Amino acid sequence: MGLFIAQLLTGLANAATLFLVASGLSLIFGVTRIVNFAHGSFYMLGAFVGYSLMQVLPGAVGFWASVLLTGLIVGLIGVIVEMLVLRPVYRAPELFQLVATFGVILVIQDLTLMIWGAEDVLGPRAPGLKGIVRIMDEPVPTYDLALIALTPFVLFALWYLISRTRLGVLVRAATQDREMVAALGVNQAWLFTGVFFLGAGMAGLGGAIQLPKGGADLLMDFNILAAIFVVVVIGGMGSLPGAYIAAVLISVLNVFGVSYLPQSTLVLMFVVMAVVLTIRPYGLLGREEVVGEHGQVGEPERPIKPASGRARMMVGVLLVLLLALPMTGSHFLVILITDIIIFCLFAASLHFLLGLGGLVSFGHAAFFGGGAYVAGLLVIHAEAPMELAFLLAPLGAGLLAVIIGWLCLRLTGVYFAMLTLAMAQLLWSLVFQWDEFTGGDDGLVDVWPAGWLSEANSYFYFTAIVGVGGIILLRHIAHSPFGYALRASRDSQRQAEATGINTKRIQWMAFTLAGAMAGVAGALFVFSKGSVFPNEMEIAKSFDGLIVVFLGGVKTLSGGVVGAATLELVKDYLTRFEYWRLALGLLIIAVVVLAPYGIVGSFRKLFDRYRQPSEPETVAAESRQ
Amino acid sequence: MKESSKLAMISTVASLAVSVLVGISTTAMAADAIRIGEINHYKRMAAFAEPYKNGVELALSEINEAGGVIGQPLEFIYRDDQGKPGEAIKIAEELVNREEVAMITGSILSNVGLALSSFAAEKKVIYLAAEPLADGLVWEKGNDYTFRLRSSTYMQAAMLAEQAAKTDAIKYATIAPNYAYGKDAVAAFKKALLALKPEVEFVTEQWPAVFKIDAGAEVQALERAKPDAIYNVTFGGDLAKFVREGTTRGLFEGRQVYGLLTGEPEYLEPLADEAPEGWVVTGYPWYDFEDGPNRVFVDAYLAAYDESPKIGSLVGYMTAQSIAAAIGRAGSLETEKLRQAFIGLEVDTPVGLITYREQDHQSTMGAFVGTTTVRDGGGVMVDWTYRDGANYLPSDEEVARMRPASQ
Repeated sequence: MGLFIAQLLTGLANAATLFLVASGLSLIFGVTRIVNFAHGSFYMLGAFVGYSLMQVLPGAVGFWASVLLTGLIVGLIGVIVEMLVLRPVYRAPELFQLVATFGVILVIQDLTLMIWGAEDVLGPRAPGLKGIVRIMDEPVPTYDLALIALTPFVLFALWYLISRTRLGVLVRAATQDREMVAALGVNQAWLFTGVFFLGAGMAGLGGAIQLPKGGADLLMDFNILAAIFVVVVIGGMGSLPGAYIAAVLISVLNVFGVSYLPQSTLVLMFVVMAVVLTIRPYGLLGREEVVGEHGQVGEPERPIKPASGRARMMVGVLLVLLLALPMTGSHFLVILITDIIIFCLFAASLHFLLGLGGLVSFGHAAFFGGGAYVAGLLVIHAEAPMELAFLLAPLGAGLLAVIIGWLCLRLTGVYFAMLTLAMAQLLWSLVFQWDEFTGGDDGLVDVWPAGWLSEANSYFYFTAIVGVGGIILLRHIAHSPFGYALRASRDSQRQAEATGINTKRIQWMAFTLAGAMAGVAGALFVFSKGSVFPNEMEIAKSFDGLIVVFLGGVKTLSGGVVGAATLELVKDYLTRFEYWRLALGLLIIAVVVLAPYGIVGSFRKLFDRYRQPSEPETVAAESRQ
Repeated sequence: MKESSKLAMISTVASLAVSVLVGISTTAMAADAIRIGEINHYKRMAAFAEPYKNGVELALSEINEAGGVIGQPLEFIYRDDQGKPGEAIKIAEELVNREEVAMITGSILSNVGLALSSFAAEKKVIYLAAEPLADGLVWEKGNDYTFRLRSSTYMQAAMLAEQAAKTDAIKYATIAPNYAYGKDAVAAFKKALLALKPEVEFVTEQWPAVFKIDAGAEVQALERAKPDAIYNVTFGGDLAKFVREGTTRGLFEGRQVYGLLTGEPEYLEPLADEAPEGWVVTGYPWYDFEDGPNRVFVDAYLAAYDESPKIGSLVGYMTAQSIAAAIGRAGSLETEKLRQAFIGLEVDTPVGLITYREQDHQSTMGAFVGTTTVRDGGGVMVDWTYRDGANYLPSDEEVARMRPASQ
């Protein structure tokens, strides 16, 4: 019994940090609809800033003053980020802002490294709270008790702010209907800035308050990201009490998981999320999102058209140039372009889902990695010839997509996105943990292509034919009746249903197709590298895909491919420099601000400005290539 | 936002980006230098990669001051792989084909090491795995073109098991990060300890997710099993949290703890005066060398950089030394000659003479085993001895059984 209570207390104490950080994320999402990937970065900044302040301010007063000051400072950093990076892109297509926040992550990573150095720092202990008390003979750290006592106060203060003050009324109003609030004369921009201050400040507080239980390091931004998204989703996006309950639920379950099922540490929270979302699709205390409630931000998308003759010719010329590449004799260029084509195919498959289907998947890497692993496992365990493994890879990935799609498509919007993330993460941990079969994180090595493709040039041609072929196929499908049905389902589910389209089935088919195409990319990948590791299906890989699709322009047909090729080329160049993350981050932010419709979308706008409106044919065609 | 202020902001961002790019300059390359491709996670694991790079640079400056190798200066080309195996392969392709490097080296993470090793065998390039610890690199997944410098997980675990077998602890608990390295480290320790002392019992195994440890819960779970001794494989931030919670809750009282790599300055230094006391660990006690080549290296390092050496610095230094020795022995940059030169290569290093074994290409670099304590507000190792790696490897027959036949 004593141990049980002690474990419960450990869980409650762990929930404190998680709740603080997650509540900030929940607030920001609730009001601004921004999926803030950089939230983990604010948490990391909180830890480092708090650490520095605690070195200067002495004693118990200094400690708690440092915690509060950290919240303030990180909140102000959040304001700077919001004003410089996000304000210019509020009108951009939905979710475009997450690309900007991704740029912010990179910038903060390098700046933190510059300021605080590479070495981990150990957090100072809280003065006066260093010891333990014995509860039923079990030792419980006093600082844990302080955290347990503190969290309800924070929750109450936030709740009071949101439900009892005028500011709170505005925030809640903005959560429900931003346009209406603006129409009533409320300055939305400052409301958003204020919420960002509060949200970032909460993350900073979370970072500072965990110092006595750990410290600060440069990986903590990504390490907490998945957990806080899980908490926010389980609790219900935008719900503070929900976030608290979810944080407690996850933390307490985790403590018992550690004791009674030590291997569960990787998957537990994703299992909980999947279960909760299956039973309550909008989280524990979340409200159902009314379709069309927020509408599509920005102007409506223009209908797609087949490329014009001129555009086709241009693409043809580009393809001929591509195929002539090995003649330059640059072996490395061939390798680089092979990599890029593979990534383009992956991005194109995600774009198909995201742009045409309106289905934002945060777990698309599951199918890329899935395809790669199917091929790799067949070669390693069944000694399958490369050709057979290559053919079966998309089938395997497609099958995965059938199952995952069936589970996830019952949800919509952000909940759909989070469930795909959870599924991908489950698959990832299966691969990561199942050493005997998948090799765990030591991966599958020695999966090289068959003899006739072992030369870099021949593999390049193979990749070019399969990859470009796949991209063209996806494009072709976009113009087929199936593509029309898919876009109809995206734009108005009700009207589509009324015209006799089974929207769920269409979306399910699209999900499967996108998964299978990502699987083709994965199979191309595994044979080009000779090995595959679980990192090819982790969250970061899915995010890479999202970033390039948005960067290229989600509302254009060629956005995914253009974004992927551009970013890979830029990355290849920039990673040669020491502070490449800072440079890349600033570049991404600059593109986001300069081209809020994505690279292709913004070029199209530029063309529109200089051409007669009566020539939309050429305009649309140009921009699509 | 108004157009003008938008423009102003854009130009600020752009000029920042430009200044970043201009501020960093690539090292100019000597015209006829021998080039070595070095692939590492300079950003993702900066705390480990920077001391390693410093070690390499120190050795290079010494080698080149002494006239280089086979009459040419030696030079490393450093490239960042973001910690991704796929990226590392791409860079290796570029280094081999465009930069025409003589061979490749680098990586800290085992999975990147394994990917590069497979690449080396496929493309017939020499790869010296400097830091990755995975046993598979030279055994189950070993190949003709891969060599490994640092003493592996198995070797270091065996050293600790030898110490553990001398005590009368029977019930052991283990805690290790939930990925390949942690699993290998626990398996190796179990195997070595059970061979020496069959009555030992493992009462619990804890597997926290790497860098996401829930220290309070782990400590409670370990305490629940009431072990006589604990074997720790956690490191970095996880170790700090584990030590703090464990000390606060009294987990380590009256228990012997064995810590793999815990004595390495990379992990011990951040703990400062909270470093655990009385743990038996492998590590690098650079502060206590009195004389001999170890001291010479430490002095040279301290003179060159205003920071103390880490284990990574030593490994980096020995990496450059090994490569220089191999090229010197081969007398050429031809891959096959280099490969032959590496087999059985003897290198005179700060820790003594090491040999790249013929049977598995593993070097006999050993490790320092000692007991932790706090001195002048910082964690150090005392009563340490250097254990020669050659004594902690499986028998030749076992190695031959594990290692796939040469192609």
